[in-house]
Amino acid sequence: MKYFSLIAFLLVCSVNANAALNLYPFDDEVKKERFANLIDELRCTVCQNQTIGASNAPLAKDLRDRVYRMIQEGRSDEQIKNFLVERFTDFVLYKPPVKSSTYLLWLGPSALFFIAIIFLLINIRKRSVTESDEIDPEQHKRVQELLKEQQKDNNHA
Amino acid sequence: MNVRALLPLLGFLVLVGFLGFGLYNDPKKIPSPLIGKAAAAFDLPDINNPDKRITNKDFLGKVSLFNFWATWCPTCREEHPLLVDFAKRTNVPVYGVNHKDDRKEALRWLQAYGDPYLANAFDPQGTIGIDYGVIALPETFLIDKKGVIRFKKAGPITSKDIEEILLPLIKKLEQE
Repeated sequence: MKYFSLIAFLLVCSVNANAALNLYPFDDEVKKERFANLIDELRCTVCQNQTIGASNAPLAKDLRDRVYRMIQEGRSDEQIKNFLVERFTDFVLYKPPVKSSTYLLWLGPSALFFIAIIFLLINIRKRSVTESDEIDPEQHKRVQELLKEQQKDNNHA
Repeated sequence: MNVRALLPLLGFLVLVGFLGFGLYNDPKKIPSPLIGKAAAAFDLPDINNPDKRITNKDFLGKVSLFNFWATWCPTCREEHPLLVDFAKRTNVPVYGVNHKDDRKEALRWLQAYGDPYLANAFDPQGTIGIDYGVIALPETFLIDKKGVIRFKKAGPITSKDIEEILLPLIKKLEQE
C-alpha cells in the first residue's frame, strides 16, 4: 500500500511516454527505438530543461516531426544530429561534444574533485604530524639505539 | 591577518562571479551558426496571391531583409512599425514569412498596420522555421546578393540595430 501512489504515478508516466511515441508510427522496431532515443537526447530550444520528447512546446513538436521525417527518409542518427546542430548549435544536444569550448563543462567537475582530494590529503598529513604524540616502532628503535650509544660514550668517558 | 582565513572569502567571491555570469548571461541567446551559410531552400505561396510562389531564389542579386512574423506574436507587433519605417527609408527589399498563422488574420494585420513587405510567404505549418533555426518569433535575417545569411537577430530588431548594424552592413554588402 505504501508504494501504491508511486506505482500509480509511474504507470501514468509510462502511459504518457507511450502516447507520445504512438503518434509516430514506425513499421520497423529499430527505427522506433532510434526515434525514442533521439527525442530523449535532443534538447528543446525554447524550454531548455526539457527534451523534445518531454516538451509540449510547439517547437518541440516541430522538431519531433522533423526527426521522425528524417528517420523515415533513412538518415542516420549522426546526420539528424548534425542537421540540428548546424541550425541550433550544440544547445540542442543534452550530451555536448568534447571540444575546446566545452572542456570546462566536461573536465571541470573532475578537476574540482581532484583539487578537493589534494587538499584533503594535505590536511590529513598535516594533522598526523602535529597531533600524534606517539612514535612509531621504527622511531622507537632509533631512540633506543641513540640512548645505547650515549650510554657507551658515558662508559668510555 | 592569516592568509588562510581569507580562503573561504575567496571561494565565495569565485562563486559570486559564476552566479553573476549566469545571471547576466541570457540562456535564450543561442549564437547563430547560420551566419555565412546559404539561406535554406524553400518554396511557399505568397500570402496575397496563393498562385504565386516565393522561394529562396528571390534573394539572389540584391541584399534583402528576411523577417519571420505572426499575428499571435506580441513582440512582432512591437517590431512592426520599425519594419514599415525601414521599408520606407531604404530600397532594401523586405521579405516576410508569416509563420504558423491564419491567413485572414495576417492580411487584416497588414492592412491595419501597414505592409513593409515586398512579398510575404505564407507558412501555416511553420515548415521552414527549423531550416532557419527559428526558436521564437520574430527573427530577422540579412541575406546578401548571393543568398548567404550575413546577420541574424532573434527577437525584435530595434532602431539601434537598424542604425548601428543593419544600415552599415547593408551599405557594405551592396558593394560586394
